[in-house]
Order: sequence, then C-alpha cells, then structure tokens
Amino acid sequence: MENIYSKNQKKCRLVTVKPETVKLLTDYSKSLKITKARGIKFEGNLN
Amino acid sequence: MKVLIEDSLLISNYINGDERALEILINRHNQRISSFIYSKVNDRTITEDIFQDTFIKVIRTLKRGTYSEEGKFLPWVMRIAHNLIIDHYRKHSRMPIFEGNDKFNIFSVVGDDKLDIERQLIKDQIDSDLNLLIEELPKDQRDVLYMRIYKDMSFKEISEITGVSINTALGRMRYALINIRKIIEKHNIVLTI
Repeated sequence: MENIYSKNQKKCRLVTVKPETVKLLTDYSKSLKITKARGIKFEGNLN
Repeated sequence: MKVLIEDSLLISNYINGDERALEILINRHNQRISSFIYSKVNDRTITEDIFQDTFIKVIRTLKRGTYSEEGKFLPWVMRIAHNLIIDHYRKHSRMPIFEGNDKFNIFSVVGDDKLDIERQLIKDQIDSDLNLLIEELPKDQRDVLYMRIYKDMSFKEISEITGVSINTALGRMRYALINIRKIIEKHNIVLTI
C-alpha cells in the first residue's frame, strides 16, 4: 500500500486581520504628521 | 508585474497625501501578510498585533520619506513582519509565560489570598453582627472575650488585669462562647462566608 504523504502535510491556513485593525492603521496614518525643522524630522499625532 | 506597478503607484500617491491609497495597499496584502504571520505564531491575537506593528513601521517610513521604491513593496513589508516575529519570540524567551492547563492552574500557587470585595463585605457584616452578639453577654464574660480575641492577651495577663484567677478567666471565656452559641442558635443566625 502506498503512503500518501501529501495528506500529512500541514495545511496552510489563510487568515486576514479584522477590519478594526485596518481602520486603526488608516486612522493612525491620517493623524500622523511629520514636521521637518533644521534637518530633523519630528513626528506628531493630531487627533 | 501589473500588481507591482500598481503598488508603486499607490505608494507614490500615498506619499503625496492620498490616504485612500494606504487602505487599498493594506487590504490588497492583508491575507498574504496575515497568513504569513499566523503561520509563524499560530495565534490570532498575536497575528493582529504583529500585523499592526508592521504597518505602523510602514506608515512611519513612508511618511518620513525614507522608503526607496524599487518595486518591492510586499517583500519589504514581509521582511518587517518577519523581524517583528523574531522580536516577539526573543521577548518571550526572555520573559517566558506560563499559561497553565486544565490539570494545573498557576493561580492556585500565586493567587492573591486577600478576600475579594464581595467576601470582604460579607466578612465586615459578620464582624459587625458578632459585635452585636458580644454586646449581649454579661460584662465579665464580654471583657474576657475582648481581651483574649481582640487584644490577643494571654489568660495570665487577663487574670492580672481583671483581678481574678486564671481559672475564673478561663471559665468566663468558656461561658462567653457557650452563651454566644446559644444566642446564635436561638435566633437562627448564620455567620459563615
């Protein structure tokens, strides 16, 4: 009897992050402002 | 190839202020990056955290203008995610977390022995009820009981203060307890947590 090795292979599970996480990232992006002064970049979050 | 060109266009639009471009990029690569992280950490919550940290790094790099577009957006993001996964495992090897199992609960060993708020309220109520019961005792018995239980004095000290023999003090204590039990039984009072 032949062994079917493919059956034992670990299945790759496809997942996606929650829409809330995507929303958080887009909101973070909108609030992040980079200010450049005298060659130094400052980060600021404007909520 | 088409996808790569579109990615680079989206990045360029995003750098120029188009916030919608970022959302498209995240949604486009969501499954691939999430599945990659999940395949390494095998935990949905940690996957969410690492995904979030990955894109926070991406956003900061793009906004700071330090990203050099070479048509390799996805491999770049995957590399950031990969590094964060390594950081995650390094942190956990330094601070191992023991989560216990069905047979052994870690909180049985390290649990807080203080009463929770509900039990503390019940205990306070019992203490106050017990005080009322003690007030019902004859004065000589009540004094001995107070000194022994609340002031933690020895019967020798009690006998010296009250001017009676140790045996009398012992007898008063015994009758105090008997009388309290009688009052409790008579009024069907329940004094347990």
